[in-house]
Amino acid sequence: MDTADLHSLYRQMLLIRRFEEKSAEMYALAKIAGFLHLYIGEEAIAVGAVASLRPDDYVISAYRDHGHCLARGSDPGRVMAELFGKATGLCKGKGGSMHLVDLPHRFMGGYAIVGGHIPLATGLAFANKYQSLDLVTVCFFGEGALPSGQAHEAFNLAALWKLPVIYICENNRYGMGTPAERAIALYTDVAETARSYGITAESVDGMDVLAVRAAMQRVVPQVRAGHGPWFIEATTYRFMGHSMADPAHGHYRTKEEVEEYRKRDPLLLLKNTMLAQKLASEADFKQLEREVGEIVRVAVKFAEDSPFPARSDLHVDVLQE
Amino acid sequence: MELSYREALNQAMREEMRRDRRIFLIGEDVAYYQGAFKVSKGFVEDFGSRRVIDTPITEAGFTGLAIGAAMAGLCPIVELMTMNFGIVALDQIVNNAAKIRYMSGGQLSVPLVIRGPGSAAHQLGAQHSQSLEAWFCHVPGLKVIAPATPHDAKGLLKSAIRDPNPVIFIEAQLLYGTKGEVQEGEFTIPIGVAEVKRAGRDVTIVAYSKMLLLALEAAEVLSREGIEAEVIDPRTLKPLDLQTIVTSVKKTGRLVIVEEGWHFCGLGAQIAESVYATAFDYLDSPIRRVTGEDVPMPYCRLLEDAALPDLPRVIEAVKSLL
Repeated sequence: MDTADLHSLYRQMLLIRRFEEKSAEMYALAKIAGFLHLYIGEEAIAVGAVASLRPDDYVISAYRDHGHCLARGSDPGRVMAELFGKATGLCKGKGGSMHLVDLPHRFMGGYAIVGGHIPLATGLAFANKYQSLDLVTVCFFGEGALPSGQAHEAFNLAALWKLPVIYICENNRYGMGTPAERAIALYTDVAETARSYGITAESVDGMDVLAVRAAMQRVVPQVRAGHGPWFIEATTYRFMGHSMADPAHGHYRTKEEVEEYRKRDPLLLLKNTMLAQKLASEADFKQLEREVGEIVRVAVKFAEDSPFPARSDLHVDVLQE
Repeated sequence: MELSYREALNQAMREEMRRDRRIFLIGEDVAYYQGAFKVSKGFVEDFGSRRVIDTPITEAGFTGLAIGAAMAGLCPIVELMTMNFGIVALDQIVNNAAKIRYMSGGQLSVPLVIRGPGSAAHQLGAQHSQSLEAWFCHVPGLKVIAPATPHDAKGLLKSAIRDPNPVIFIEAQLLYGTKGEVQEGEFTIPIGVAEVKRAGRDVTIVAYSKMLLLALEAAEVLSREGIEAEVIDPRTLKPLDLQTIVTSVKKTGRLVIVEEGWHFCGLGAQIAESVYATAFDYLDSPIRRVTGEDVPMPYCRLLEDAALPDLPRVIEAVKSLL
């Protein structure tokens, strides 16, 4: 495996981690308001999955979307500015944390009605097939979206019409505070949901960025070649609360459980692999920390220094002229 | 040439699909069944099953799919077998189609038409007999059109298909068979422009979709009694051409709004508010609304008739203002 590749994967995960930590800090300072759902603990999925895509492939996500957007290559400054509600934000301050969109990077949005973006992803894939383009669409959602009717309707359409879409279910075990075993009948094997529609489905360790990337390296060419949709369950865990409204563990799970999962922190796993294989030294990681820290610092400064939208922007973009 | 409303819609879609390969028709039974009301007659033969697409009975799923396809640059026409089933897709219409442009700060577009019949037909029961235009009109980011004549249906559907925004295009089962003169050759009718369907000096009647026919019938009866009603069809419900309505009201001083939908929070309430705000001083009497009754539609024909605006009620409303 190429050393530079591993450095790049680690660096991207580190960027998301530090970006999210900084976001939480900015939230505490009331620079960011509303809902803020952090991706901390789940970084390996976005980074590992996006690593196998072409720049013109589509990516779409739910409301926990900062990680996917950053992994797609969005400017951290413009993402942070969006969280601040600034005019320089990706969506000019009108989207916010849950509705990031970056069209030039083919990040087609974060959506906050659970399950509601899965038909959209299926439609992006439909458009690609309709136009005979060899593009794939990757759709991220949590396991909480799986039982929703819209997910099922979309799976059926994708399988029926052999659409080039990869559904990535980030199974972090809790839909807000409700564990999967109390929400999903087939909780022991959520991929079975997709299989029941004739979609090829598999499960992967979502804490291991190399495992996620390896799965996608196998799957993406299949889907790109027109062999129909694919479903990947990536098992993971969120280290923070569902949103900023609840503490890291809350009443619905124990501190011990969180600590147990933290031993399999995706950054720690990759770092240990790289150290063990002598692909990087502690000094290299310190250097990466400095670089990423600087990027996040600059992002926050950009957001801070940017203007808010003007009141006259209120009615802009309701309709297209 | 004389065409039925159904044929006019068929022509509009056919001409647009010939012009632009990004346009496709998707919905339940639109291909081989030729549409539940035969609006897409001959389409699958002419355009193939790649562009005329039968779906499973999953409105949320295929409406959402169409929105996604529009985000990727296609121009879908979604046929809802009836607008009632749009309720099943309401999350997609309201939360995605209508908001995606705004939420993305203008990066994404949703050039989409969602069309199908609204309002009551005859004795179809409560779940298949409702006028939901007020729901759609309430949502920023949607355009809403409800043409009454074959000519308007053709010209406005072509404009809707070319519009870069999501458009809700409301037809009516009882209008599909109605006939009227349709302009020959290529034409479109701009969205957001009302039309004076009958000139008059004594009272203005605003009515759209099926209710336009009722209003014109009432105007005919009133005319025999020496009362000249000016009948205006907004044609587009959102954006509403308030100017044309207000110009008429300034002339007549009286306004009756006829709508088939439920009274409470109905579209007529909004039209009345807009007229009051703009032309209060010109009104010689309060605005009257003739609406559907606030009940789920009963099956029994006698009760169904009682729930819907009819000729006596429109005439009574007009006379009450004079």
